[in-house]
Amino acid sequence: MTGPLHGTPALGDEFVKGLWRDNPVFVQVLGMCPALAVSNTARNALAMGLATSFVLILSNAVISSLRHVIPKQVRIATYILVIATFVTVVDYAIQAVSLDLHKALGAFISLIVVNCLILGRAEAFASKHGIGRSLLDGLGMGAGFTVALFSLGAVREILGSGTLFGIQVFHADFQPWIVMILPSGGFFTLAAWLLVFNAVTARRARAAEPLEAPR
Amino acid sequence: MSGPPVVQESPPSAWHMYRAMVGVGLGCGLLIVSVFQLTGPTIARNRAEALRRAIFEVLPGAGSSRTFRVAANDRFEPTEAAGQPGDRLVHAGYDAEQRLVGLAIEAEGMGYQDVIRLLYGYSFAEDAVIGIRVLESRETPGLGDRIETDPAFLANFQRLDVALAPDGSALANPIQAVKRGEKEHAWQVDGITGATISSVAIADILNKSAAWWVPRIRRSLDDFREAP
Repeated sequence: MTGPLHGTPALGDEFVKGLWRDNPVFVQVLGMCPALAVSNTARNALAMGLATSFVLILSNAVISSLRHVIPKQVRIATYILVIATFVTVVDYAIQAVSLDLHKALGAFISLIVVNCLILGRAEAFASKHGIGRSLLDGLGMGAGFTVALFSLGAVREILGSGTLFGIQVFHADFQPWIVMILPSGGFFTLAAWLLVFNAVTARRARAAEPLEAPR
Repeated sequence: MSGPPVVQESPPSAWHMYRAMVGVGLGCGLLIVSVFQLTGPTIARNRAEALRRAIFEVLPGAGSSRTFRVAANDRFEPTEAAGQPGDRLVHAGYDAEQRLVGLAIEAEGMGYQDVIRLLYGYSFAEDAVIGIRVLESRETPGLGDRIETDPAFLANFQRLDVALAPDGSALANPIQAVKRGEKEHAWQVDGITGATISSVAIADILNKSAAWWVPRIRRSLDDFREAP
């Protein structure tokens, strides 16, 4: 999916790459702290994914639009300032929507500021590309991060509590696997998803290999 | 042996750097203030609702509540639920027959990461704290935040002794945190292993708050008798 003339990726690829090929959690293994800590329920995971995506998309857009104005000597400090601002905006927004959700996400909302995914995309992508591509990159990476967190959160909630979004999914006799909502459950689930992810990627790579030429 | 001349980019002037940082800072500040103004009323409403729910949680049996502020001469007078800025507030809970069940008191103090804000229920009949609920905390996830979830820790506050000394001016026994499993007296708080600073902070917050409130409440108990 490269452009025909200059070898630059097509616009669609900037979005799609974050979903699978460069997925922030399953491939780049970035932002593990919130990914493991708040993915104990589907609701928390989805909220953290959306909050991170919001910050990622807007900070990418702002940093990209200011890339010719910000001297490289002060770029990291400026990026942090922009990211922290959007995190504060998200913090207020979540408090306005639901204090319970704000409490459940706890310190991890503030810690979005130091999520290496956001600063990484700002430095590696937004500071070198135009607003359109940076927005698409933020959207794709944010969507990939949200999907990954939701995958972790849904599995952990279903097995650890027998519910999904608080709705009972198993028979009342189901004995929840408490370990899945504990921190170790986060690692187990992540390992399982990585296994699935890598297996699918390897199978697709094998399928894409050209057939051996007949002797 | 001389290669092509190396062109070095001249560093930007200090003015350019200041301009970028101050400009971005001003923009960011403006955005934060705008969002704060926009969401402020909704957040205040949510907090008031959360406080109302918390009052009934820390005062089991209460069905209605009324807020009081500390007035002159350390007496208590009814006020609006949010009070006025600077007011010291206490919330009285009443049962279905309009009898005073106890008082819910807000307290705060420094935890491990940031300020912990909590609400605790005081029963004058039992002379004890009968429940707490953490309203706001940013303690370390998985460690310090167990002050909100650890059942053994929360059991400390089902009946935590805050009886007054005979002269009624101070607590007979200051609330103190002890290592888990070493609790011997009703005024001690069994700490949490792995969250020592946070659990000690809770005990300190309760001790300071109870030492200030309980003598005043006991002296003016009649101020709360009138149900809403």
